[in-house]
Amino acid sequence: MARSSLASGSGKPATRSGKRPGTTAAARPETTGPGHTPPPGWRPMTDPAPLLPDPEPFRVLGTPAAADADPVLMRELYEALVRGRRFNRQATALTQQGRLAVYPSTTGQEACEVAAARCLGERDWLFPSYRDTLAVVARGVDPVEVLTLLRGDWHNGYDPAATRVAPLSTPLATQLPHAVGLAHAARLRGDDTVALALVGDGGTSEGDFHEALNFAAVWKAPVVFLVQNNGFAISVPLHKQTAAPSLAHKAVGYGMPGRLVDGNDALAVHQVLTEAVERARGGGGPTLVEALTYRIDAHTNADDATRYRDAADLEPWRAHDPLVLLENALRDRDLVDDAELRAVEAGAEEMAAELRRRMNADPVLDPMSLFDHVYASRTTQLREQAARLRAELDAEEA
Amino acid sequence: MGTATAPAAPAKAARKPATMAQALNRALHDSLAADPTVHVLGEDVGTLGGVFRITDGLAAAFGPERVTDTPLAEAGILGTAVGMAMYGLRPVVEMQFDAFGYPALEQLISHVAKMRNRTRGTMPMPITVRIPYGGGIGGVEHHSDSSEAYYLHTPGLQVVTPATVADAYGLLRASIASDDPVIFLEPKRLYWGKADWSPDEPETVPPLGRAVVRRPGRSATLITYGPSVPVCLEAAEAATAEGWDLEVVDLRSLMPFDDETVCASVRRTGRAVVVHESSGFAGTGAEIAARVMERCFHHLEAPVLRVTGFDIPYPPPMLERYHLPGVDRVLDAVARLQWED
Repeated sequence: MARSSLASGSGKPATRSGKRPGTTAAARPETTGPGHTPPPGWRPMTDPAPLLPDPEPFRVLGTPAAADADPVLMRELYEALVRGRRFNRQATALTQQGRLAVYPSTTGQEACEVAAARCLGERDWLFPSYRDTLAVVARGVDPVEVLTLLRGDWHNGYDPAATRVAPLSTPLATQLPHAVGLAHAARLRGDDTVALALVGDGGTSEGDFHEALNFAAVWKAPVVFLVQNNGFAISVPLHKQTAAPSLAHKAVGYGMPGRLVDGNDALAVHQVLTEAVERARGGGGPTLVEALTYRIDAHTNADDATRYRDAADLEPWRAHDPLVLLENALRDRDLVDDAELRAVEAGAEEMAAELRRRMNADPVLDPMSLFDHVYASRTTQLREQAARLRAELDAEEA
Repeated sequence: MGTATAPAAPAKAARKPATMAQALNRALHDSLAADPTVHVLGEDVGTLGGVFRITDGLAAAFGPERVTDTPLAEAGILGTAVGMAMYGLRPVVEMQFDAFGYPALEQLISHVAKMRNRTRGTMPMPITVRIPYGGGIGGVEHHSDSSEAYYLHTPGLQVVTPATVADAYGLLRASIASDDPVIFLEPKRLYWGKADWSPDEPETVPPLGRAVVRRPGRSATLITYGPSVPVCLEAAEAATAEGWDLEVVDLRSLMPFDDETVCASVRRTGRAVVVHESSGFAGTGAEIAARVMERCFHHLEAPVLRVTGFDIPYPPPMLERYHLPGVDRVLDAVARLQWED
């Protein structure tokens, strides 16, 4: 990155009166002698200019760059988007059948979810929020294990260390400092692991968002923050959430670059995240990425979105659908034909059928396991309580 | 605690006067030296050595990557410690004062305490959170809270508090070595109390979860911990003038809780008073009194009484002596244990 011109020594010292440098011609005190030597001049710690997001969201699809995009990547992303949308639809259906307690859908946001999973290497870590089931599935974790939280037979179904995916985090933004700490620890150990942390627009109002970005920048931790700005925090629109020029602008206050990207352009999100991940891996420090997208479904199956938005609001976003955008680009370059698209659809149907089949099996519950992992070994008190439950269960069975 | 009669092993460090602050410092030093995954982080813990100097010299000895001055944000400190633990490190976090630890409560309750359980044991949280706590040092508002009950009400946490120089060393070593999170409460008014001590003595590393009888007695049991242990020992000495021979149990570990030692003592004496500095209502003493009554009812000659701080926000320094349970208040409670029967 270019060195800051101000930081390299041309900054003007602040005046004693606190006026901004350069606001008056006589700002620089020249008087010397006892009591008149000014303190070292103020200068910015970082030049803000290179950190600012682009004025327009970064796009690939619909631009000349689309002609040069890697056809293999385009096909793979497309297939992942189709499967992702089908997954969202299947999971929502499972709530209606009572097989999931709740499902926060990412319909409309598949490009972000898929790109988040695909920009990472095997050794990298993903820190999802509760809405990011799809990103975890796209990373290759067993979908039934991913849905454990939302089915409700346990809080988390997969092994975080083995999958390098942190548990889906329900308390908003609390997973962000975890990502920073893990990335920091990896660097301390000499590993080139990167952490990618996911958060929504509402989550950027939380204190943990602020603290995580600040720690990340101070420690130059190899971490990337992806904000999926989907327009709403349950019912509350972005303008009630922030007065910032954009969420990406918030990066500048922490001394890290902010990048704004069209969150429905899978190629653009993939490129921006990949660049940020490699920048972090190379020692360049953290990046904040804001992806502009839209939550097509309600907050969850339990929410009624008609109470806070009009059906007409969705129309421009349906037209700017991530699947349609990528399919059009593939067709424009004759990279797919109808038969291939049908095959992708069929593969997604097969995936959904398999998920249905597995989720329709009742999970095996073990009430005694409630005491197994509170501590490494049960305390005296938990042994007593486990014995009480065991006796109740035995009485029930008798 | 048996007195050894066999010839001692080759002498290591001789016993000499040390403060609790020095013992804690030595425990951190020895933990850092023994295990490269141990990292100390917090506000002012590096160059300054902590506002109480508990981390004095550690950054110089182990470098800024092992002993780290963090930005001033307690939730961020603990939140990043969670991530470090996820990567296999063993963070030791300092919260500068009791009341400054509250911003970290969400990370503590929602993640530190639950992570092992949530992940079915695959993601343990070997984090020690050191918190100077309690009053009696003339601190202004927000510098004298006793916050143990908040932590005790959170399954998944261990809560430990030393009352002696030797325990300060041993319990902190054991806490850092534990694979489960520990809230390590340091009674700040005992920081500068001295005792003859050597870290090489084996009994200075007690297991977590074991209470200890500090003073054997037959008339009644004072159940206490942390800053109230010296108060109870002083009360027990004063009580001899009244003809009472009081036993003092120092809990050391509030979770895991040592029902066995507590109940064995109360069954012997038949009377019990719980003494602590924090507010009484829904406090630690309420839990202890209930446990004793559930387990020792037929041995009790009198209801279990509590001597605690009042149910008020911690007072300003010039008024704190009216709030803190002292020797007289303890003896008043002992006098109410239905001796006339």
